[in-house]
Amino acid sequence: MENKKKKFKILRYRPETDDAPHYETYEVSYRHETSILDALNEIRDTQAPDLSYRSSCRMAVCGSCAMMINGVPHLACKTFVRDYEKVDIITLEPLENFPIERDLVCDISDMVEKIERVKPYIIPIDKAKPLTEDFVQSPRQLEKYRQFAQCINCGCCYAACPQYKLNKEFIGPAALTLLYRYNHDNRDAGTPQRLEILNQDSGAWGCTMVGYCSDVCPKLVDPTSAIQLGKGASAFDYIKHFFKKNK
Amino acid sequence: MDVIKTDIAVIGAGGAGLRAAIAAAIHHPELKITLISKVYPMRSHTVAAEGGAAGVISPDDTLEKHFEDTVAGGDWLCDQDVVDFFVSQTTKELYQLEHWGCPWSRTPEGHVNVRKFGGMKVPRTWFAADKTGFHILHTLYQTSTQFKQIQRLDEHFVIDLLEEDGQIRGLVTYDLQNGIFKTVLAKAVIIATGGAAQAYSFTTNATIVTGDGMALAYRHGVPLRDMEFVQYHPTGLLGCGLLITEGCRGEGAVLVNKDGYRYLQDYGLGPETPLGAPKNKTMELGPRDKLSQAFWHEQQKGRVFETPLGPAVHLDMRHLGEKVLHERLPLICELAQSYAGVDPANAPIPVRPVVHYTMGGIETDIHTATRKPGLYAAGECASVGIHGANRLGSNSLVETLVFGHVAGESAADYALKTDFGNESKLTEDAQAAIQKATSLFEGNGSEFAADIRREMGKTMEEGIGIYRDEKGMQTTIDKLRDLQARYKNIRIQDTLGRVFNYDFIRALELGFTLDVAESIAHSALQRKESRGSHQRLEPEYQKRDDENYLKHSLAYYRENDIPNIEYSQVKITHYPPAQRLYGEQAEKSK
Repeated sequence: MENKKKKFKILRYRPETDDAPHYETYEVSYRHETSILDALNEIRDTQAPDLSYRSSCRMAVCGSCAMMINGVPHLACKTFVRDYEKVDIITLEPLENFPIERDLVCDISDMVEKIERVKPYIIPIDKAKPLTEDFVQSPRQLEKYRQFAQCINCGCCYAACPQYKLNKEFIGPAALTLLYRYNHDNRDAGTPQRLEILNQDSGAWGCTMVGYCSDVCPKLVDPTSAIQLGKGASAFDYIKHFFKKNK
Repeated sequence: MDVIKTDIAVIGAGGAGLRAAIAAAIHHPELKITLISKVYPMRSHTVAAEGGAAGVISPDDTLEKHFEDTVAGGDWLCDQDVVDFFVSQTTKELYQLEHWGCPWSRTPEGHVNVRKFGGMKVPRTWFAADKTGFHILHTLYQTSTQFKQIQRLDEHFVIDLLEEDGQIRGLVTYDLQNGIFKTVLAKAVIIATGGAAQAYSFTTNATIVTGDGMALAYRHGVPLRDMEFVQYHPTGLLGCGLLITEGCRGEGAVLVNKDGYRYLQDYGLGPETPLGAPKNKTMELGPRDKLSQAFWHEQQKGRVFETPLGPAVHLDMRHLGEKVLHERLPLICELAQSYAGVDPANAPIPVRPVVHYTMGGIETDIHTATRKPGLYAAGECASVGIHGANRLGSNSLVETLVFGHVAGESAADYALKTDFGNESKLTEDAQAAIQKATSLFEGNGSEFAADIRREMGKTMEEGIGIYRDEKGMQTTIDKLRDLQARYKNIRIQDTLGRVFNYDFIRALELGFTLDVAESIAHSALQRKESRGSHQRLEPEYQKRDDENYLKHSLAYYRENDIPNIEYSQVKITHYPPAQRLYGEQAEKSK
């Protein structure tokens, strides 16, 4: 590594021995290619073997290493020390809005439960189709949901979401995006079932369109627009039911 | 201690584990399935697969062609009955994923599209842009959530299997979140934990790919088969080793040395194909072993770029144009930009061969059953017999689907006709396994896992690389013995708590990887021929030797000792061993 050095202030917490989180400071050398994850690995291997954080793929696709980097949710593997040349110290903390477990590890089980709640699977339009045939899905039809299928479930959007911060019942950006993704897949017939989830107060209407989730999304999924489009569908559904009731 | 009773325990929640769990749930809905993984399912390394998955659908394609490509690609070390079954199932599995919502890339008419891939005669690689593994994994994970009989234990690390009278009856696991241990009593256990490329220092693989499941089976007496065959993917991003998919070359990317010369034509893969007109099984679309070996020769000749991050060649795809690149290879564009500062539309990507895949693994039969009743294995951790000495790109994702499916059904059938065994005895054994693992917390040793891990990766690269000779391999073998001795004296430093104690897990993982590394090194030393990804430098071993080595190697674990290497027959049904030919040589031989 080159001679450039950078200080890191890292939140430390071990539930068995610590009453409250505290910070510790480390310093590592870095070069142009060094990611925050590389720096963390270096700190763990040479200075703090008891430092806990999640990581796996190193290529921004597994979603493990999301954390607060100078107060902003990012993937540690896709954020580079070189981008913090102007600051003296890089602060690392676990993702906001999730309970802390240990050091940089937080409990994401609430998000996972919500992702699984939206019926994130095909409810088939044609159950009898044999396994020798595909569905016709034009590139344009694919394009309707493709972007919203790119979510890696890293949790950055939940850490950014002001609504989720206030109200943990809110189903949140990633889950609503996934809901929209399946509703707009022409192989799927599950929209009525998912609209029930979407229409709830904890569904799309819980969002106040701040848009910070889209700003921080490392995969440019843009949950805000999925939720906005979801609101449109939900409103239409409401009006439809209203007219049905009044017939 | 918590005891969970389940019909089927699946270790690993990547492609194979999820497919197995779903198959079991559909096959016998009354069974309880416990899906255990050290990470959340969507973090599994399947997520990183890029290029695609092979399934015959083109009008000019046939199952026989896929069979021939696979067997020849594997340098005839494949079990042909298994390959026959495999190619007959892959397309069905891919259509199943289509029905489950996988966003396959489409033709303008709205049908599933296929792309060219290395070593394949005909375009047969289904793809979802260049994020095929990601989409397959998420499709399987999301689909699995509708089966309430699948109970997941996320972030649970399996430390040992439980065995009674030669039968596998469960496992012991460390629950990271709660810092406690749990015993899982299971009528059948499926291992689906992926490969072991973390035995090497320069790898495409995620840091979780540490060979845990291979070592678990190995320590319980199941041989690891064909472990000497380790795939170097020809195009790893310089520095970090991230995978630059073969899909790039399928779309038309070319490899050039420092003179701007497309060197593959010098290695039996030519003639040079025109830019923008990639040809199946020729030049850049040769098989991975041949391409990585060509790099090695170029390096010997001094024709590669020497850079601060090591030797490299250039993968050039500028001629594809920005539109095609962003439509077909968006992840590659993102990775090249982020990790190498290169926009592939404007500059070539510096690459070199990188450890990518373990062809070998836990020996299983065609039904994914191991020699131990009650124990099944599927996916990269297994050696079911389809990859031989070199895996073809886009055969591994479908392997997880085809054999994950088989494993789920096989294990379900088995679970129906067996019981839990002697529960109190098994729980006692679990206690002993926990005792052994937690002795690490007593903190008497003086060795650090990080040092041993680094030295292991280095010695594996040096001795068991693309080309091998006895001297180099013996040096690595001696080094690994030394590291094993030092490992016994290991000391974890995080001894004050057990919640999310990664120091503890990484020490256990290292123990697993070291065992697997030894099986690789010894299997390699004993194979005195060159075949597929195993290439020997000694003049007398530079050719394939079917007379003596058309055999699977079997590495048997011996406690506190080096593995014992034996051999078993390769099943040849109707495609007798012949020369592997690519480029115009293949054309001429027709």
